[in-house]
Amino acid sequence: MAGSARRKLLLMGRSGSGKSSMRSIIFSNYSAFDTRRLGATIDVEHSHLRFLGNMTLNLWDCGGQDAYMDNYFSTQRDNIFRMVEALIFVFDVESKELRKDIETFVLCLRNLYEFSPAAKIFALVHKMDLVVVEKRQDVYRALMKSLEDTSAMFSFKVQGFATTIWDESLYKAWSSIVCTLIPNVTVFQRHLQTFADISEADEVILFEKTTFLVISHVTNVSSPGFRSDSTRFEKISNIIKQYKQSCSKLRAQFQSLSLRGSDCTAYLDTMTANTMIMVIMSNKTDSRGSTDLLGNSDTNADGDDSFAGEAENNIILANIKIARKMFEKIEMMNPDER
Amino acid sequence: MTMSADEMHDGHTVGPNPSPRIVMMGLRRGGKSSICQVMFHNMQPLDTLYIESTTAPTTSVFSSFIDFAVMELPGQINFTEAMIDAERIFSTCGALIYVIDSQDEYINSLANLHSIILHAVNANPNINIEVFIHKVDGLSEDFRLDAQRDITQRVTDELLDDGLVNVSISFHLTSIFDHSIYEAFSRVVQKLIPQLATLENLLNVLCQHSGIDKAFLFDIGSKIFVATDSSPMDIPTYEICTDFIDITVDMNNLYAVDRRPKTATRTDANTNAGRTDSSNGVKSIPQGRPIGSTSRLSNGVILYLQQMVKGLALVCLMRKESMPKIALVEYNIEFFRDALEQLWLIG
Repeated sequence: MAGSARRKLLLMGRSGSGKSSMRSIIFSNYSAFDTRRLGATIDVEHSHLRFLGNMTLNLWDCGGQDAYMDNYFSTQRDNIFRMVEALIFVFDVESKELRKDIETFVLCLRNLYEFSPAAKIFALVHKMDLVVVEKRQDVYRALMKSLEDTSAMFSFKVQGFATTIWDESLYKAWSSIVCTLIPNVTVFQRHLQTFADISEADEVILFEKTTFLVISHVTNVSSPGFRSDSTRFEKISNIIKQYKQSCSKLRAQFQSLSLRGSDCTAYLDTMTANTMIMVIMSNKTDSRGSTDLLGNSDTNADGDDSFAGEAENNIILANIKIARKMFEKIEMMNPDER
Repeated sequence: MTMSADEMHDGHTVGPNPSPRIVMMGLRRGGKSSICQVMFHNMQPLDTLYIESTTAPTTSVFSSFIDFAVMELPGQINFTEAMIDAERIFSTCGALIYVIDSQDEYINSLANLHSIILHAVNANPNINIEVFIHKVDGLSEDFRLDAQRDITQRVTDELLDDGLVNVSISFHLTSIFDHSIYEAFSRVVQKLIPQLATLENLLNVLCQHSGIDKAFLFDIGSKIFVATDSSPMDIPTYEICTDFIDITVDMNNLYAVDRRPKTATRTDANTNAGRTDSSNGVKSIPQGRPIGSTSRLSNGVILYLQQMVKGLALVCLMRKESMPKIALVEYNIEFFRDALEQLWLIG
């Protein structure tokens, strides 16, 4: 039986910076609006989350009030900072005491250097919705510069994200963070690429079922007419998460979604018990198809031969069924295998 | 995040067939502009806090299956002088929506309403008076029913005193923070569509012959439902249909080919994090083949959406047992679509 990887994540930051809100949105299906009812976190809140078949995330949401923070760096030092896989430090962009926040960050780094020198460091510049759009890049870069300098002192490399709970940037940050922790993410990537090639799909995305974080994605770059919105993955996470919440009002969950779009056909279906797969096939604008230069197709009664028809529909679903076994095996793989 | 004056366009209904017009009136700070912004300009409800006071009559034209102009008259205007003008407006009007702030003292509002009704019925005896008892999100369930009962009582009593018996008047409890405003507006609009009975009939026939439990004909842009079949309707079903439209259009727009200036997508139910990049935030669908989507839920329900003519969409709820016969269902829906096309060629 494959051993399961336990990943300890430290979520730290000043009181009120948004740590618990983020955690509840991503892992507990809160909507951004619901997070206003969250109170201050008392000391450390532990969550154990099964993520895929062979990984458990042990999330330590450390309350940011001064009294607790003092504790973390004194009496609880080795309890907190030992065996940490990743530190996620949240900076409130509106903080009036940025200097103090950075000092706290440095203290964390110092302790990690001592107890968990292999830890990965992430910085989230949060509540970006409160900054004017034009200033956002500058604010982010300015803060990241100081963080990069301080991390370098301890030979850590910090990865930063600008986030807000009010749009999809939160999903991008957390997807990236969690992906670095999945033990065999390259295996997923490889097999997903194979799946995409065989299905002749333009894009294939693998999501974790509960959180809808992106585990892996493959894009076939040679498809013409593909709008390359680089934030589309996290937007999909956001959209589907909201759909999940709507369905829960009817006390049901959604199992699959099939979209016959204006320029594409997409299928979102269960892959394994922990993952869902989305397969996107865009309109093939080749000379055979009845598409003009604008991509308008004539919608006559016998349907459009340049869109994925019923036959392709069934092939995709059959492929997913067959691939299921393979992906289940990957999930249960021993974390040390590659 | 404030809406500038030029984002509210002041259009008129031109042409030989002036489109049905809805007039929205009510005392100041009642919520009229918020309603228009949320319904027709895709503004998020929380952002309506920043809307400035309306100073001039503003018309929002929304043209989809049928052209509508919603004219909002500011609450501050002095009524006695404005009334002569108003009578001209009432005569071409199909419905008058009066917005009452239920969280405030509404006695003055009712007096105002009474005088407006007198003028409106004078100018146009066929006008539908729709009273929106608004901002009910802040009231408890009992309080809402009390308010509705009280207001209904007072208004009808006063009308009886004046001898007006044939006034078509309805009362709705509304709030922009949930789906009640959409439902109320749907009812208002339905009364103004001459084709309503035919549409309901068509939907009934479709449902009977295709194993569909519930079908709605929605306007995609504003999420007002134009017609539904005769089976009983409950609010959660309506809500999930509107959410389903949203996610279908949002997902489609992510992969749509850029044929027109970028349109805004709604990213979260309560946000506008500066990502809208066009001044008219109405959700629109790119040209291309008609959009459709199907979703399977764990309780055996299938949600099915198919874009129809003129910015309308058919949203159905079926049981999963219908899925093997989906080709037949789609065949029937094609007939339904043809019927809709014929309806609007005539109407």
